[in-house]
Amino acid sequence: MKKSFAVMLISTMMIALLVACGSSGSSGSTENTSASGGSSDKKTVIKIATQSPLSGGSAVQGEAIKLGAQFALEEHKAEFEKLGFDLQLAPYDDQGDPKKGVANAELIGADTSILAVVGHMNSGVAIPSSVVYEKYNIPMVSPSNTATEVTDRNLKAVNRIVARDDFQGPAAAQYAVNTVGAKNVFIIQDKTAYGQGLADAFRGEVEKLGAAVAGYEGITVGEKDFNGVLNQVLSKKPDFIFFGGVYAEGGLIVKQAREKGITAPFMGGDAIDSSGMIDIAGDSSKGVLYTSVATDITKSDNGKKWADDYKAKFGKSVDAYSAYAYDCMSLILSGLKSAVDANGGKLPSREQVRDAVRATKDYEGLATKVTFDGKGDNDFAKVFVYEYKEATYPGSLISEVAK
Amino acid sequence: MFSSIIQTLPQVLIDGITLGAVYAVIAIGYTMVYGILELINFAHGEIFMTGAFVGTSTLLLFKSAGWLGSMPGWIVYIFLLVSAMLITGILGVGIERIAYRPLRRAPKLISLISAIGVSFLLQDLVRFIAELKTGNYIVSAPTLYNQNLKLGTSSVWGSFGDGFLKMNTIIVIAVAILLMVGLDLFIKRSKWGVAMRAVAQDRETASLMSINVNKVIALTFFIGSALGGATGVLFAQQYGTIDPFIGYVLGIKAFTAAVLGGIGNIRGAMFGGLVLGVLEMFASANLGIISGGSFGGEYKDVFAFAILILVLIFKPEGMFGKAVKEKV
Repeated sequence: MKKSFAVMLISTMMIALLVACGSSGSSGSTENTSASGGSSDKKTVIKIATQSPLSGGSAVQGEAIKLGAQFALEEHKAEFEKLGFDLQLAPYDDQGDPKKGVANAELIGADTSILAVVGHMNSGVAIPSSVVYEKYNIPMVSPSNTATEVTDRNLKAVNRIVARDDFQGPAAAQYAVNTVGAKNVFIIQDKTAYGQGLADAFRGEVEKLGAAVAGYEGITVGEKDFNGVLNQVLSKKPDFIFFGGVYAEGGLIVKQAREKGITAPFMGGDAIDSSGMIDIAGDSSKGVLYTSVATDITKSDNGKKWADDYKAKFGKSVDAYSAYAYDCMSLILSGLKSAVDANGGKLPSREQVRDAVRATKDYEGLATKVTFDGKGDNDFAKVFVYEYKEATYPGSLISEVAK
Repeated sequence: MFSSIIQTLPQVLIDGITLGAVYAVIAIGYTMVYGILELINFAHGEIFMTGAFVGTSTLLLFKSAGWLGSMPGWIVYIFLLVSAMLITGILGVGIERIAYRPLRRAPKLISLISAIGVSFLLQDLVRFIAELKTGNYIVSAPTLYNQNLKLGTSSVWGSFGDGFLKMNTIIVIAVAILLMVGLDLFIKRSKWGVAMRAVAQDRETASLMSINVNKVIALTFFIGSALGGATGVLFAQQYGTIDPFIGYVLGIKAFTAAVLGGIGNIRGAMFGGLVLGVLEMFASANLGIISGGSFGGEYKDVFAFAILILVLIFKPEGMFGKAVKEKV
């Protein structure tokens, strides 16, 4: 009896495992074949890949990147048809996993009809994958990577259109000192590469602007009781609190701070730009400020119309990075077009497309203007300041800081 | 420097005692199991975490059924505690039956590894269920008692700052004391308590005195786990947010508290928990001030563990423990 139960348990687990492996393995390849399926006519096929997490925890944002890119591609399809090319989208699922991203990058490198990549969503995936793109000279334009290392390696193929982490911190500091009028700030950070990097950048700029740093304290990720640090805040009486870290701790800190009667403004980075922040902090999230590298696209008339079209086309509301992915694809296609022109109307090589994308100057996109510098960073990238005016997500855009 | 330490002292004490009470009740679970089986049940932290999740899901169930407004808060609180205690108690008995009893005659190291295995299993199981139900494994729950009292400690002595006391903090401390006193009475006065002490002293001889050793051990696991589960509810209510990994850190700290008080000694566990909580809170609030900013509150655990090591060097059996003679 006991043994048969164990055998049954083990066999069901094995089956479940096999099913899980099978489905995740096949999803990437089916999308591939469907994208390359419609090439019955004799036109030269040009494919642009997207790499973003289409499954797993960040699938919502990942799919928004794919759809944004797809939207731009379909708008330019007819234009390229006149030039004698059949433009196709090749979406890949990187699952937010560096290993999967690199494996996909190798597939992309092997498919010679792919000339460029929109992606990735996560810096951690983009960094190893872009080494492969560099090897195959495939230009990559990211709609969302903020880690400084993405472009600091000076790779020819790697570009991004959003702001870097070492710009976000100072931008937050400028807002705190110049707009809120902070004179005495308390900084809390979570000792991670992201949190500490952001907090250090914030501290440097705050001191440069002449405000005092009342305290600079670290916390441990995963803790739930932050009363110790907050008691320090209580005794230092700062007029501004900055937090470098993610929403899981940020939400608790602001909640516990308000319970202690600490009323100073509270600000964090893009990692508290999440509905989880509202779930955790509840009413305490009212008035919390945060910076983000993505603008609220529905603020402009143009963007509002675009968002409505997007909704009508895909049946989904735009996500923070939809418009950025749209811009990435549009500027890749404009680079591609100029490479085709320079090549006398013939299919350009990957190197030519790569250099044409990097040469992008004053490109007017939907969400942002783009000029790449020598490293692949966007000169016009901005940091946006939001506030949770009510305990609802997302917050409302209240300011923006240009470089 | 000194004045700012004094100023936050009332608040630090309140927060420290709250945290310490949570540590103390979890530490009792470690101590009970160790006292009777000489097994360090490393899954106990995860039982605490499961209790937090059971309590929170019961609360969310009440909320979705619309009973929250119509019921007084304390009745809801009792419901949460009872449901969490029942389920974690049964869970504890089940774990003992499946993962420890078959290994009772095996070397101690084997059951220790089995305990660690159970703890990882529980983490992932709870994570899986939470993700299935809510899409996110970090779960937030409404707080039943949200009032915040301002204590006029500054009027007692001018150097003190005012302290804030959450209504919920009072409940945490009160329930923790109730559980601890109840357990103490149970072990000292009841028939089953006598049996437990007998089994703890000598399992073989106790069984010869017609004590059902397996039953007593199961009961120990039930009570220890139920206490852990109840603390989980208190914790979830105090901090509002829980995730499947809270048991690990808290479990280690509660284990430390048990060792600090003398493992196997229930009053020692209570005392150790409170000492550790207050120490930790004091360190995280004042380390930066004392050291002039060269190391801050993030080193609070190092500080607490360094004190633990000092205690163990000079009093290896713990603060309340008696030096145990080897059984012959």
